[in-house]
Amino acid sequence: MAQTVFVEAINQAISEEMARDENVFIMGEDIRRAVYGATADLLNDFGEKRVLDTPLSENGFFGAAIGASLVGMRPIVETLTSFMWVGMDQLISQAAKMRYMFGGQATLPVVYRATMFYGGGSAAHHSDRSYPMFMNMPGIKIVVPSNPADMKGLLKAAVRDDDPTIVFEDGTLFGMRAEVPENSELPNGELVVPFGEAKTVREGADVTIVGIGGAVNHAAAAADQLAAEGISVEVIDPRTLVPFDKKAVLDSVEKTGRLVVADPAHKVCSAASEIASIVAEEGFWSLQAPIQKVASEQVHIPYTPSLEKHVYPDVEKILAAVRRTLDS
Amino acid sequence: MWNDRGVTVEIDRDTLLLMLRRMWMIRNFELKVMEVHAAGEFTGAAHPYIGEEAVAVGACAALEDTDYIAGNHRSHGHPIAKGGRVDKAMAELYGRVDGYCKGKGGSMHLADYSIGILGESGILGSSVPVAVGAALAAHIKGEKFVSLAFFGDGASNQGALHESMNLAAVWNLPMIFLCENNQYAVTTSYAETVAVEHVSDRASAYNMPGILADGQDAIAMYEATSAAVKRARAGEGPTLIEGLTYRYEEHSLGLGRVRRGEYREQSEIDEWRKRDPLVILEDTLISQGIATREECDAINAETVEEVEQATDFARNSPFPEPEELFDDMWANPIPLP
Ligand SMILES: Cc1ncc(C[n+]2csc(CCOP(=O)(O)OP(=O)(O)O)c2C)c(N)n1
Ligand SMILES: [Mg+2]
Repeated sequence: MAQTVFVEAINQAISEEMARDENVFIMGEDIRRAVYGATADLLNDFGEKRVLDTPLSENGFFGAAIGASLVGMRPIVETLTSFMWVGMDQLISQAAKMRYMFGGQATLPVVYRATMFYGGGSAAHHSDRSYPMFMNMPGIKIVVPSNPADMKGLLKAAVRDDDPTIVFEDGTLFGMRAEVPENSELPNGELVVPFGEAKTVREGADVTIVGIGGAVNHAAAAADQLAAEGISVEVIDPRTLVPFDKKAVLDSVEKTGRLVVADPAHKVCSAASEIASIVAEEGFWSLQAPIQKVASEQVHIPYTPSLEKHVYPDVEKILAAVRRTLDS
Repeated sequence: MWNDRGVTVEIDRDTLLLMLRRMWMIRNFELKVMEVHAAGEFTGAAHPYIGEEAVAVGACAALEDTDYIAGNHRSHGHPIAKGGRVDKAMAELYGRVDGYCKGKGGSMHLADYSIGILGESGILGSSVPVAVGAALAAHIKGEKFVSLAFFGDGASNQGALHESMNLAAVWNLPMIFLCENNQYAVTTSYAETVAVEHVSDRASAYNMPGILADGQDAIAMYEATSAAVKRARAGEGPTLIEGLTYRYEEHSLGLGRVRRGEYREQSEIDEWRKRDPLVILEDTLISQGIATREECDAINAETVEEVEQATDFARNSPFPEPEELFDDMWANPIPLP
């Protein structure tokens, strides 16, 4: 095991996949000089044809990635969630819909790496956590890694998957350091985390917390505090929202009878909303208390730290939500 | 009086001195921002306009308060050039209630609707269609105001920009597209991403005049913009202006990863520093007998003082209270979900 920073894990995944398959290439803005860190050294290792700096034209190059994927390439696109709005037409009208619309003829192994930088005073235009909007649209697989090892393994799986995928990278985790297994330690010689398999981050008996992306760590921290009070919390990280591992969540709620969902997205029609609705529909008889959503307030992200800090789910809000499930 | 440089436009002394004042105001504002940002007085991105002052100041000097502008992430220069208040701008950067946007917008999103500043957009290219909308209103209502959009060479590759130029041209709108071509988009050079030699060359595709102007020369920018404004007010349609300029500082404060010189040569920076827009304007004013060295220095000193006061104003302004989080979401507020 090696201690690895989240952003390095991204770099390892890209680099390994590009070395493994010459159809993999990457494009984005200022990636050759690795402005956001994840693409360091790629230009050197793979050359200009496979590491493309694009003009500031998201709709154009998002679409070009789709076209390249249709004819056999496996593009990785680097962007930020907030710049995806500019390319929405290509993502929705083409990436999500082509395969179905053309009766299965089109195959689109394209990966968008969309980083969500929020919580650092970037204001409304640069703080989007937009995965729920894409959950609403069938046709795109959605990945939300919460630690360096999953980041690496899920990104490698995304590159190999034949469907369009958006990997929502939680920017608050970019500096997170944790263990990532070395390839030599792994049975297959590489780390690939399959889609649709939730991870039980810790086991517990009294309450289930499902965390999304960066909220998984808040959930684990809340669980630690509650353990000291004798409350046993199970923390589940779905890792992918599309496909979603229903069974893991339903089984956990069957055991604990209580559900809190912590989700950095805006709370209306959030991932938390969808997970709550699945449990309400399919796990209702397991529940001993109302489900609690802890998601971002339904307001834009204010620049000033005095307001921004109140918007997102945090340990305090999760603790309060767990207590509400236990009080009722 | 400008004949020696081929400039034909008339500018009165007051306008010239106001231009110099606003350019010093931007320069000194940005120097202060760099100082207090380095000291940790506020965090987050801030994109210095140092080196590019003549572009916004020359352009805005050709506008009235009743004309509109919209801009981008490199956002401090545009409002100051249009006559905005440095105290409210600085307080916004500090995230305080007395800031232009009550602390909600920050460095990239200054706006002052009282003097036609529709707002700066962090999403590039995104504010250009919005500015076109203001010009459309003037057209529909038969009013004489014009609208001007600032955007970078990088943003000139956005589809929104091209759609906007076509719209403004087919509808013959009183619109000015002003490209601040500082030749880089973060680390990516102009030549790597733009297929034509000059952004202004693109005007022909939309059947509008394209003017390439010296963006280090406030008077040249004034002249180019005045011509475009005149055209727009006369109902003759839009103009694309490219101000050729240079960013002296790094792309953004708070973006430590990109180091100076990794994507551009120090010698290139040095060359452009020799064409400092403030030196160019002051030399002209002094050599033409419009102002003395002492008068120019006094203007500089006064803006230093005003920026100092603005910074104190910002520091003394309170942060918004948590209850203010939901304020200003709606014109007609709705119950919280
Ligand atoms: C739609 C969109 N894509 C990407 C970015 C990230 N970004 C911020 S500034 C910048 C470069 C802008 O270059 P240019 O338009 O030339 O303006 P300059 O910074 O040089 O003034 C980029 C790529 C963004 N803010 N918005
Ligand atoms: Mg530029």
